[in-house]
Amino acid sequence: MIKDSLIDYTLHLADNALVLGHRNSEWTGHGPILEQDIALSNIALDLIGQARYLYQYAARLLNDRAADRVTSLAPGAREATEDSLAYHRDGWDFKNCLLVEQNNGDWGKTILRQFFFSAYQYFFYQQLAERKDRELAAIAEKSVKEVSYHLRWSSEWVIRLGDGTEESHRRMNDALDQLWRLTGELFTPSSYEKTLVAEGIAVDLVALQPLWEQRVADVFRQAGLTEPARGWQQTGGKEGKHTEHLGYLLAEMQFLQRAYPDNEW
Amino acid sequence: MEKNQNNERGWPLWEIFIRSKQGLDHKHVGSLHAADAAMAIENARDVYTRRMEGVSIWVVESKYVHASNPDEAASFYDPANDKVYRHPTFYDLPDELKHM
Repeated sequence: MIKDSLIDYTLHLADNALVLGHRNSEWTGHGPILEQDIALSNIALDLIGQARYLYQYAARLLNDRAADRVTSLAPGAREATEDSLAYHRDGWDFKNCLLVEQNNGDWGKTILRQFFFSAYQYFFYQQLAERKDRELAAIAEKSVKEVSYHLRWSSEWVIRLGDGTEESHRRMNDALDQLWRLTGELFTPSSYEKTLVAEGIAVDLVALQPLWEQRVADVFRQAGLTEPARGWQQTGGKEGKHTEHLGYLLAEMQFLQRAYPDNEW
Repeated sequence: MEKNQNNERGWPLWEIFIRSKQGLDHKHVGSLHAADAAMAIENARDVYTRRMEGVSIWVVESKYVHASNPDEAASFYDPANDKVYRHPTFYDLPDELKHM
């Protein structure tokens, strides 16, 4: 039970990092200016790097479990690898939050999505580094340095755009309208998270929320933006119920490995 | 001049200087566009320190860099050509002195 939850939890964290990393990579070659194109591509690479560590760990856990129950490995079934987890799972297997799979929209929406998620990841990884699972703690400790920069970079852009021109302010408000209702899921624990919080392995999201809200309020005040009321929040991603955007992302990301399995170049 | 240095979004050009881990001085590595000094430093971090090149970044808006005129190179530098006595090569060094 705990092993299953740990696998789900690790996949959830990996999927978050991979899906947002992939979304950001869609900007590569299309950034508003060369320097920011590079900046966002760097963030994409950081996130995909985190995803790799997490998928490698998840693959190890999955293969160990299959070895425990010899019969569960169906004939022809192969070992899980970081690549098989990224490229051979379907939409309903993905456990990422709805926020990270949203399409890029304009630069403002991409920035706000990054800011919301980086602020979450910043506090999240700090706490995960203190939790009992040593592998996850080590990945968190390594990643928090990268995320500190993502948070700094995205915060400054939120302030720049929110407090910029009339048009940039309007676009940030449009982005806020689209993304705010997806932020609640970050702090709504799934079944596997509840199991692991009790074991001292998962981060307690309820305790995380005030830290996130404080940071968002600080940045929004400087940006001249106002947080909407909490209101109705859309959830489901952590349990595999996704918005319509994830399928398109996976179709593009997985195409090559689906069409030519195990192809290398 | 001012206009040429700004890109189409009106962001000015900045000259970037990086000090490497082993280096004692900041070296000019290139230039980039940014809206202000803070953004220039972050852009420099992203563009020029991706492969662990640096431990310190300086940025200077390009318009504040004044350069010598290439047309004046002859009058600036050539007169030094035939003045060998400006080099300390006419001293006899005592044998005890090493590493010179």
